[in-house]
Amino acid sequence: MGLFIAQLLTGLANAAALFLVASGLSLIFGVTRIVNFAHGSFYMLGAFIGYSLMQVLPGAVGFWSSILLAGLAVGFIGVIVELLVLRPVYKAPELFQLVATFGVILVIQDLALMIWGAEDVLGPRAPGLKGVIRIMDEPVPKFDLALIAITPFVLFALWYLISKTRVGVLVRAATQDREMVGALGVNQSWLFTGVFFLGAALAGLGGAIQLPKGGADLLMDFNILASIFVVVVIGGMGSLPGAYIAAVLISVLNVFGVAYIPQSTLVLMFVVMAVVLTVRPYGLLGREEVAGEHGQVGEPEQPIKPAGRSARILVLVFLIALACLPFVAEPFFTILATDVIVFCLFAASLHFILGLGGLVSFGHAAYFGGGAYVAALLVNYADAPMELAFLMAPIGAGLLAAIIGWLCLRLSGVYFAMLTLALAQLVWSLVFQWDEFTGGDDGLVDIWPPDYLSDTTVYFYFTMVVGIGGIILLRHMAHTPFGYALRASRDSVRQAEATGIHTKRIQWLAFSVAGALAGLAGALFVFSKGSVFPVELEIAKSFDGLIVVFLGGVKTLSGGVVGAAALTLVQDYITRFEYWRLALGLLIIVVVIIAPKGIVGSFRALFENRLGSAGDKPTGGTQ
Amino acid sequence: MSIVLDVQGLSKSFGGVVAVSDVSFTVDKAELLALIGPNGAGKTTCFNMLMGQLAPTAGNVFLNGEKITGMAPRKVWRKGIGRTFQITGTYSSMTVIENVQMALLSHHNRLFDVRHYAHKQYQDEAMQLLELVGMQEQAERACAVLAYGDLKRLELSIALAHNPKLLLMDEPTAGMAPKERIALMQLTADIVKDRQISALFTEHDMDVVFAHAHRVMVLNRGELIANGSVEMVRSNAEVQEVYLGGGNLYNNAADTHHA
Repeated sequence: MGLFIAQLLTGLANAAALFLVASGLSLIFGVTRIVNFAHGSFYMLGAFIGYSLMQVLPGAVGFWSSILLAGLAVGFIGVIVELLVLRPVYKAPELFQLVATFGVILVIQDLALMIWGAEDVLGPRAPGLKGVIRIMDEPVPKFDLALIAITPFVLFALWYLISKTRVGVLVRAATQDREMVGALGVNQSWLFTGVFFLGAALAGLGGAIQLPKGGADLLMDFNILASIFVVVVIGGMGSLPGAYIAAVLISVLNVFGVAYIPQSTLVLMFVVMAVVLTVRPYGLLGREEVAGEHGQVGEPEQPIKPAGRSARILVLVFLIALACLPFVAEPFFTILATDVIVFCLFAASLHFILGLGGLVSFGHAAYFGGGAYVAALLVNYADAPMELAFLMAPIGAGLLAAIIGWLCLRLSGVYFAMLTLALAQLVWSLVFQWDEFTGGDDGLVDIWPPDYLSDTTVYFYFTMVVGIGGIILLRHMAHTPFGYALRASRDSVRQAEATGIHTKRIQWLAFSVAGALAGLAGALFVFSKGSVFPVELEIAKSFDGLIVVFLGGVKTLSGGVVGAAALTLVQDYITRFEYWRLALGLLIIVVVIIAPKGIVGSFRALFENRLGSAGDKPTGGTQ
Repeated sequence: MSIVLDVQGLSKSFGGVVAVSDVSFTVDKAELLALIGPNGAGKTTCFNMLMGQLAPTAGNVFLNGEKITGMAPRKVWRKGIGRTFQITGTYSSMTVIENVQMALLSHHNRLFDVRHYAHKQYQDEAMQLLELVGMQEQAERACAVLAYGDLKRLELSIALAHNPKLLLMDEPTAGMAPKERIALMQLTADIVKDRQISALFTEHDMDVVFAHAHRVMVLNRGELIANGSVEMVRSNAEVQEVYLGGGNLYNNAADTHHA
């Protein structure tokens, strides 16, 4: 009994930081409609800044004021990010801003590395709260009790701010209808900045306040990201009490999970989320998304036509040139080109549902890694020949996508995105923690193609045929009735349903097809590397996919492929430098700001302007 | 005359608010029937229940004798009802003709075809439908750049794509210039006559209604208060009260007796 209570209290104490960070994310999303991927970075900054301040400021007063000051400092960093990075791209297509926030993650990672070094830092213990109190003979840290006591006050203060003050009224009004608030004479820009300040400050506070328990390290940003998304979604987007309840639920379950079923702690969180969303699709205290709330921002997509003769010849010439690569360049470039093609297929499969279907999946790596693992497991356990593994990988990944898609498609908008993320994380944590079967962190190794394909040059040609074949297949599907029905379901569900189109079924099928082709890319990947590790299923991999599709241009047919090729090549070059994340992050931010339509989209716009505006003619056919 | 649509005791309440209450009527073959009434009378709610966008609280809808109450819109469409909306919802990323082709592809059950190019299917059929509404010259334009009146005409041609038995048109001329309105309603009347299909439409412009409707129904606060020929409805005291008596009816019906 004593142990039970002690664990319960630990869970409640852990919920403090989680709630602070999650409520900040929820606020920022509610008002600005930006899914702030950099929120974990703000949390990490809060921890490091708090740590540095605590070194300088002495005593209990110094300790607590360090936490507050860290919150303030991170708040101001948030303002800088908002002003410099996000403000220029508010007009960009929906969700494009998340690419910018991804750039911010990279920049902050390297800045933190420069300033605080690669070593983890141990947080100082709170002066005056260093000991433990025995509750039914079980030791409970005094600091934990302090956290448990503080959190409800923070919740109350936030609730008061949002429900009872003028600022709160504006925030709530902006959450419901930004345009109307603007029309009533409220300066939206400053409201956004203010909310960003508050949200970032909360994340910073969360980071600083957990120092005595967790310290600070450079992996904090990504480590907390999945948890806070889960908390926000379980609690209900935009609901502070919901976020609190969800934070407590997740933290307490986590503590009990560690104690009783240590092999499945990671899975637990996502199972809870899946259960909650099955019963309450909009979270515990969330409200239903109003239809049209996520209307397409920016210009509508241009009509598409299959590539014309000249474009086809151009592509053919390019492919022939690519095929000559092994004869003219070092083997290294052949391997790089193989990687590029694999990633292009992955990106093209994501673009199929994201661009044509308007379905923002945050967990597409699950199908890429899923396909790779299906192939690797078959080889490892069943000694399957590569041909069979290659057949089963897309089928397995497609089935996985069919299951996840079926669960997720009952939701829409950001809830859909979050649930795809959570379920992808579920897959990742299964693979990561099921050591005996999947090899866990050590992965599966020694997965090589048969002799006739073992040469890198031969495998490169194989990848060209399969990978580019997959890309062409996806592209062809875009022009078929199925692809059109998918676009129709994105453009106007009402119209599509009123003309006999079963939109959910079309979307579900498209989601499965995209999963299968991502799985094909995974199979190509695993046999080119000879091994697979859980990292191929991680959030970061899913984000990579999102980034390249948006960077390439989500509203253009070839955006995914172009973005993937560009990023892989740049990354290959840039990672040779010490602070490559900083450089890459800045590069992404710059591209986002100067080319908000993506690489292909912006080139097209430039091209059309040169022609003296092609007017409303559908000129974009070949892009 | 044969009855195409038979509506019996249709009701809808949202929580405690009764939006449509016990509405019954029929639509005959090749009849152009208008449903009028002030804002908030329940016209669109009625339409949404006929096509399946909303499930009624009570009542039934029969199309050619077959019960279609509560069916999903896509199924109702396949039974032979076409619909246009008050606010157009065409596919903005497609060209004008592709919008029509999309409906034709759906009609011919080709939605899961992943072999052929969509824009090459049913071109002639789509062009004929566009010619019907005078949009053939704009066939290759992007839908996103069309004027609102053109969108409305396009929507009509889409709604005709599957040769419907009944056309539901929710404010077909809203947002159009007066001249365009008359032309569109004339067009609708011609289509009804030539193709022998039935049409039920809502409208705020009384000139349009009285010029073309074969019969008029008046909905007020969810209840059908009149149903008959144009002359009958025009001379109906209650209808005059609703339209001419102004807002009094909403406040206190008793005050308006001597109005």
